[in-house]
Amino acid sequence: MTQPVTEEQILEPVAATTPGMLRLLLSNRVAVVAGLVVVGFLVMGLLAPALAPYHPNAHHPEAIRAAPFGPAEGGHRFLLGTDSLGRDLLSRIMYGARVSILLGVVVVLLTLVVGTGLGMLAGYFRGSFDAVMSRVVDTLLAFPFLIFALAIMAATGPNLVALVLALAFKGWVDFYRVARGDVLAAREADYVTAARGLGASTPHLLFREILPNIVPPLIVLATLRMATIIIAEASLSFLGIGVPPSIPAWGTMVADGRADVASAWWIATFPGLAILLLVLSVNLFGEGLRDILDPRMRK
Amino acid sequence: MWGRFVTQRLFQLIPVLLGVSFIVFLTMHLTPGDPIEHMLGQAGRITQEQIEELRSHYGLDRPLVLQYGRFLANAARGDFGPSYSHHGRAVASVVAERLPATLELTLFAFLIAIVFAIPAGVIASLRPQGILDRAATVGALLGISMPGFWLGIVLMIIFGLQRDWLPISGRIDLAAMPEYYTGLYTVDALLSGSAPALWSALKHMVLPGIAMAAPMAAMVMRMVRSSMIGVLGQDYVQFARAKGLPETTVVGKHALRNALIPTVNIVALQTGLLLSGNMIIETVFQYPGLGKLAVDAIAAADYPLVQAVVLIYAVSYVLLNLGADALHAALDPRVRVA
Repeated sequence: MTQPVTEEQILEPVAATTPGMLRLLLSNRVAVVAGLVVVGFLVMGLLAPALAPYHPNAHHPEAIRAAPFGPAEGGHRFLLGTDSLGRDLLSRIMYGARVSILLGVVVVLLTLVVGTGLGMLAGYFRGSFDAVMSRVVDTLLAFPFLIFALAIMAATGPNLVALVLALAFKGWVDFYRVARGDVLAAREADYVTAARGLGASTPHLLFREILPNIVPPLIVLATLRMATIIIAEASLSFLGIGVPPSIPAWGTMVADGRADVASAWWIATFPGLAILLLVLSVNLFGEGLRDILDPRMRK
Repeated sequence: MWGRFVTQRLFQLIPVLLGVSFIVFLTMHLTPGDPIEHMLGQAGRITQEQIEELRSHYGLDRPLVLQYGRFLANAARGDFGPSYSHHGRAVASVVAERLPATLELTLFAFLIAIVFAIPAGVIASLRPQGILDRAATVGALLGISMPGFWLGIVLMIIFGLQRDWLPISGRIDLAAMPEYYTGLYTVDALLSGSAPALWSALKHMVLPGIAMAAPMAAMVMRMVRSSMIGVLGQDYVQFARAKGLPETTVVGKHALRNALIPTVNIVALQTGLLLSGNMIIETVFQYPGLGKLAVDAIAAADYPLVQAVVLIYAVSYVLLNLGADALHAALDPRVRVA
C-alpha cells in the first residue's frame, strides 16, 4: 500500500522519546478526553463510598422504581431513579465501576503476562514448544469464548476468581501471537545478533534486549483488550453467571431492569450507558495510544 | 495447488476438534453439580439404588477416559445421548428443533451487517476525514463499544414498547405459523405461499438481528474502509481513472473487488463472533434458538445438551475460518504459498 508520506511521519523519529510521545498523545484531543473519562470512572469507583448518595444495596421501599430527574420522594432524592427494590441507581452505578475496572485490569494484566511470556518463549526457542503451543492456540481460537465462559461460570456459580479465569482463558492468545511474532522477527535483528556476539545470556537477550522493543504494541493491545473484557464481564453478569449478585455490577443491573423495560426504562438504560461510555473511552484512548506507539497498525 | 491447500487445512482441523471436544467434555465433567440430582430435583422421593441405577444407565459411573471415548464415538454418529432437562429426549432431536431458528436469525444478522457495512465502508473511504467518514468512524466505534444485550434492550424500548412497531420476543405470531418444511420460518412461509407468515417471521428478526449485527457491521465497515483507502491509492486505480473510466466503474469494479479480499477474513472471523452473540441476544429477546437453549441447558446442568451445543458452535466456527481461508486462497494466490 503506497501512501503519500505525511509531514507527521517524517517528523516521527524526533518524537520517539518519552516526552515526545507524551506531547504527541496530548496533542490528540480525543484521546486526552477519553483518557480523562476513564480516569473519572476510576476515581468514581475508588471514591464510591464517599461520593455515592446512598449505600448501593440500601432499599427504599417508599421509592420503588422512582423516575429519574424527578423531585425528592419521601425526603430522598434519586437523580437517576431507583430500581424495583428501591435501590438508588446512581449509587449502584458508582459502585459498579469498581468491579468492571478491577476485573478489567486484573484479567488484562494476567493475560498480558501469561501471553507475552509464552509468546516470547515460543518465538525465541521455536522447535517443539512452539509447535505444541500453536496447536493449543489453534484449539483455543476455535473455541466460542462466551459459551466456554458460560460453562465454567455455570459450573462454579457466580464468583470472582472463576470469573477472572473464565475471562482470561482465551484472552492471553492475542498477547501470545503478537509477542511470538515480534520476537520471531527480533531474534534475527542486528541488535540482538550483536548482543549475542558480545556474549549476552539468553535471559539478558530476552528481557533486556528484546522485551523493551516489543512492549509498545503489547500496551496498545492491552488497552483495547480491556474494553473487550469489560463487555464480556458485563455480558456474563447480564446472564446471571458473572459477578455475584451481592456486588453491584452494571451487567447485573441491566438484567434487573429487563423485566421492567415496559414501565421503568431507566433501570436498564443507565447502567448500560455507563458500560458504553467507559468502553468507548477505553477504545478511543487505546486508538490514540496506537497511533503513537505502534505506527505499523495505523489506519 | 488450491485443492492441496484446502485438504491440508482440513487435516489440521482434526487435532483442533479433538482438543475442543476434550475441553468441553472435561469442563462439563469436573463440575461439582450432579446431573442425576439435578434431574431428580423435582421428582420427589427416590432411593439411593434408583440413583445408582440411573447413573449406570447414563454411563456416569465409568472412568472418565472411557466416558470421553464413548462420547466421541457417539458424537461422530450425531448421538449425544438423552438430554437431562428435556425428559430424556435425544439431544440430537432437541438441538435439531432449535437449530433452524438460530440459523435463520444468524443469517439474517449476517445480511444486515454486510448490506450495511460494505456500502458504508466504501462511502467512508471516498473522502477520508470527510463528514461521512467521520460519521462512519463514530458509528463504528459505538458499534464496537456497545454491549449487545443493552443495545437489544434499548431497541426493544424504542421500537417495541414506546412505539408498537416491532415484536420484542419470539419467532413468529402463532396465528401466522406456516406449514412445516424446513423449520426456517421465512423459507417455510415462501414454500407455503403465506405472505403474513413471511412478514411476521421477518418482523420478529429485525430487532434481534440488528442487535446481533451491530459489532460485526462495525468491524467489517472499518476493514472495508481501510482497505479501500489503501487500494484507491494504487497505481492501477490511478491508471483506470486516467483511461477515463467513470468513477463508479473505478470504485465499484477495480477498487472494491481488490479491497474485498482482505475483508473476507474479517467477515468470517466476525461471523464466528456473531455465533457467540446468539446466546446473549436470544436470551434478551426470548428467541427460541440454539443460543438460548445453551444458556438454559447450562442453568439446568444438562451436560449432554451443553456438550452438543458447544461442539456445534465450535465446529461451525472452525469451518467458517477454514472457509474464509479457502476463499481467501482462491481470491489471492499469494496466500497459498505462504
